[in-house]
Amino acid sequence: MVTLTLDGLSARYGRRRILSEVTTPPLAGGQVVAVLGPNAAGKSTLFRRIFGLLDGGGTVRLEGAASERPVAYMPQDTGANAVLTVYESVLLARMQGRRLNVQREDLAEVDRALEALGIAALGERDIGDLSGGQRQMVSAAQALVQNPEVLLLDEPTSALDLHRQIQLLSILRRLAKERGMLVIAALHDLGHALRFTDQALVLRHGELIACGPTEEVVTPELLHRVYRVTARIERCSRGRPQLIVEEAV
Amino acid sequence: MPAGTNASTAPRADSAAGAGRDAYRALVVRRQLILAALSLALFASLCVDLALGPARFGLGEVIAALFTPDDVSQQARVILWEIRMPVALMALTVGASLSVAGAQMQTILSNPLASPFTLGISAGASFGAALALAFGVVLVPAAVDYMVPINAFVMAMLTAFAIHALSMRRGVTIETIVLLGIAMVFIFNALMALIQFFASQQAVSAVVFWTMGSLTKATWPKLWIALGVLAVVMPLLARHGWALTAMRLGDAKAESLGVRPRALRLEVLVLVSLLAAIAVAFVGTIGFIGLVGPHIARLLLGEDQRFFLPGAALCGALILSIGSVLSKVLIPGTVIPIGIITSLVGIPFFLFLVLSNKKASW
Repeated sequence: MVTLTLDGLSARYGRRRILSEVTTPPLAGGQVVAVLGPNAAGKSTLFRRIFGLLDGGGTVRLEGAASERPVAYMPQDTGANAVLTVYESVLLARMQGRRLNVQREDLAEVDRALEALGIAALGERDIGDLSGGQRQMVSAAQALVQNPEVLLLDEPTSALDLHRQIQLLSILRRLAKERGMLVIAALHDLGHALRFTDQALVLRHGELIACGPTEEVVTPELLHRVYRVTARIERCSRGRPQLIVEEAV
Repeated sequence: MPAGTNASTAPRADSAAGAGRDAYRALVVRRQLILAALSLALFASLCVDLALGPARFGLGEVIAALFTPDDVSQQARVILWEIRMPVALMALTVGASLSVAGAQMQTILSNPLASPFTLGISAGASFGAALALAFGVVLVPAAVDYMVPINAFVMAMLTAFAIHALSMRRGVTIETIVLLGIAMVFIFNALMALIQFFASQQAVSAVVFWTMGSLTKATWPKLWIALGVLAVVMPLLARHGWALTAMRLGDAKAESLGVRPRALRLEVLVLVSLLAAIAVAFVGTIGFIGLVGPHIARLLLGEDQRFFLPGAALCGALILSIGSVLSKVLIPGTVIPIGIITSLVGIPFFLFLVLSNKKASW
């Protein structure tokens, strides 16, 4: 199973330091890791740095990967209005770095990704005709179709309605377990983080200020310190932790 | 990935999935048929183009001359093969080259207005040609026959390299590159006006005629050069088929799929500048093809480069071939410069296509 370790990861935009010495324990496949933090905390930069789109100090150590391209990345940007159908745009993601000929198994993978996310019915639609939420689901399918061992998702639920948010996060959690995949997702909804993720990394001003099991990391003290809100965490009748935010400080 | 990875989703996938796969395959077949139809139309247009001229031939005679040249008279063979064929094939080659250049410029710059014309490459070529025609200025020593095309080519490539060099600077966005191209157009237009101001009446006429675009100077050697460049560039572009298609999703998305947009943009700009420069150098400025050929191909075939690239080449070739036919028949006994025909006849047709199409084409 794949394991990802970040060691002293840093990044700059010009002279501005965006990420400072982010070091994590080994993050093993089969789990969902939340990347938390307020706006401009460095979450997107962390993903770009892990995926190799940004240079900087430190190392990204990936062990136990079996495939040639083990990491897939879904950016916040869901793409421009190309004249492509949803099916084509997902196939396109699958075919990068491959030959021009599309094989039977490539189509099977596209079908599987669309079906896994419940958007097979959108296959023939032009991507230009989709709503923001639908585009985000297609974007997730583009990442998933690459059969990654590590899946980096930058705010994958930001444009989704409540139903789709729960659906996507449940699917990701299930796929992580089934495929031994490591899913790392930036989330703003801490309730979702508590419910769907195993581990959490918390960033503020580009520094990692907490890292560990989500239930241990997301505490009223942390919420006060990082998000400047007062909040309580209580267990519901089913024993699940529930976040109750009281006010902004 | 574990062997049983997809087992849980597979049974559900097979039900609806088959439908997605089948619909996609039907789309692919439809596109292959469109490409075949365009190829047939192109062949038909080529035959008509060959048949027309001061000495008229029947289509049967043209086809016979193409496939069994020994069965037709020597006069027909000489006229069709030695005089008309280089011109007719040059129309196809230049049309394809300009259209492919425009298609890829639009793709890598994510701009529907990008074309060799709007990026200043054609204007650069015109300036180079005008220098030779008006003042006999030769940028690279060459045979008299090639003086004007070589000047045009050198200036077109210099323009392209100026745009490349500026686009390499930090912080330059794709919008800036398009603006740079438009700035180039204005600079060269001003320089052309300056040349015309100082040149003799006769030289001005020659410059104006050159800028209208004309296929009549095509010869077999020139054709081989243009065709050779097209034959080299097309596979190099096709090699990046998936990456180029991804570029239309925007840089951020393309990067996330493993494409390196900056490097790809530079490589493709160099390749298509070469295509455009060669085409413009031999036949003069034909602005319309590079803009419209790709848009028609996009309407017909979408933007999957496996279909879009050959489609753009076929559409460009077809438009210029039809333009060549019309340039001979509109005013009997006169061959109107091809650049005028493509704009006058092509633009209304293009507007009809764009306005009658209900789906967004960009």
